[in-house]
Amino acid sequence: MTGQMDKFLPRPTPETGPFWQGCRDHKLLLQYCTACGTHQFYPRVICANCMSEHLEWREASGRGTVETYTIVTRAVSDAYAADVPYVIALITLEEGPRMMSNVVGCDVESVKCGVAVEVIFEQWSAEITMPKFRPVAGKPAS
Amino acid sequence: MDNLRGKVAIVGAADTQVGKLPQFSPTGLCIDAARRAMADANITKGQIDGLITCNSMAEPYMYHAEAMAEYMQIFPRYCMSVGAGGSTTFSILHHAAAAIVSGMCTTVLITMADSLRSGLTRDQAMKMQSSAGHSQFEIPFGPTVPAFYALIARAHMHKYGTTAEQFAAIAVACRKHACLNPTAEMRTPITIDDVMNSRMIADPLHLLDCSLVSDGGSAIIMTSADRAADFPHDPVYILGVGEGHGHEHISQAQSLTTSFAVESGRRAYAMAGLRPSDMDFAQLYDCFTPTVLVELEDLGFCQKGEGGAFVENGNIELGGMLPVNTHGGLLSHCHPGNPGSMFALTETVTQLRGTAGARQVKDAKVAIVHGQGGIMSSHTTVILARERH
Repeated sequence: MTGQMDKFLPRPTPETGPFWQGCRDHKLLLQYCTACGTHQFYPRVICANCMSEHLEWREASGRGTVETYTIVTRAVSDAYAADVPYVIALITLEEGPRMMSNVVGCDVESVKCGVAVEVIFEQWSAEITMPKFRPVAGKPAS
Repeated sequence: MDNLRGKVAIVGAADTQVGKLPQFSPTGLCIDAARRAMADANITKGQIDGLITCNSMAEPYMYHAEAMAEYMQIFPRYCMSVGAGGSTTFSILHHAAAAIVSGMCTTVLITMADSLRSGLTRDQAMKMQSSAGHSQFEIPFGPTVPAFYALIARAHMHKYGTTAEQFAAIAVACRKHACLNPTAEMRTPITIDDVMNSRMIADPLHLLDCSLVSDGGSAIIMTSADRAADFPHDPVYILGVGEGHGHEHISQAQSLTTSFAVESGRRAYAMAGLRPSDMDFAQLYDCFTPTVLVELEDLGFCQKGEGGAFVENGNIELGGMLPVNTHGGLLSHCHPGNPGSMFALTETVTQLRGTAGARQVKDAKVAIVHGQGGIMSSHTTVILARERH
């Protein structure tokens, strides 16, 4: 947890709270609309596809693919400087939604578009645990 | 969709000094720009009955346009400030045109300035960085503004084989134009190798793929086309304008490689009754080099995926097929934040008046200008011309 408190910590809202509770429990939760049968991320009070309020939380597989990425060599603030170089990626989850995260636990140069990744969890504070991703061992870019 | 076509004109346009200007406040620059534009149009402040501004990050006001009106002691009947990032300038122009045509006002002053180079406190700079992106689902991961655009650049490279050298060619073209512009900040020529050898900021974007951070302001005066002949300079008419709004956060974009510039462009071309091949030059939002490449594709100057080839071989330089960012753009002229596109607008007026000197586009009659704000989020396209019809 050292040093993470100076980072930009998310502030959960009523509609995002269950997602962050899920991260604390090391579960990646997505909203699923029972009216139209789609997953969505980020969490909302309505389904952005059909405007239904019939949303339930479902645990995602935690697997996805790097759609695009960048290696940041100039940190956004001092709190992130120790992480340089770090990877910012947009990851398409198996269930469909796309999310931003870091790809960690590997040589940053090994990250490519199409690389298969899986979620891991990194605790930043008592309230906040961040969902991050690492390459799936032995699975090259598709 | 021709209700605004040829009905309004820009009759005054002016910039302040740009660059590093600690001797001016953002409000001071905003008012200086307004004063210069009024002088250019040869009107007094009493003739202004519409005012549109955008807020300053370095010196924000709760109600910015009202504050500027109060500062100048003008009393408009149409008054608002708009915030749509880099698309602000042209979104404002769209609103102003509609306000004039609908009779809400007759003569609108659009003035904007900011002091991102000299005026931001450390807290304000941090707040600016951390406000670009979703506060819960993007910012905590540490993306910088260049990183957001690098995601788009990388996606385009992966999908279409675009190269970092092709992005660099855009920076080289803008610098070449800035070298011909006495008011531009960066006036030393650069090569593709210079861009590629500059410091990596967010792979694949190098330092010279990134726009400047500047102080400066710019303003225009707009009125109805019917009144435009009463002013000292040749009017510049709005033939088409369109907006497209796709997302705020890049992680929510429907496509990473095709933007809502497709929608804004389609609407502007339809209103104008013109096509990409009718454009004599283009001013395309260039906060980072990849935006220009995507905009060229999305505005129909080449096929999707062919932007990389299009920007090579001097095609977008003066004398080329489509000169782009003839003043030097945000990359080499100046970039004081949201007001940045204003300089593309005043440059377009200068070009269409035929007074651009060494960087004049020969026989310039029709131009397209495009602004995007957020992370390829909000888009406004405007088609401007010397002739009303």
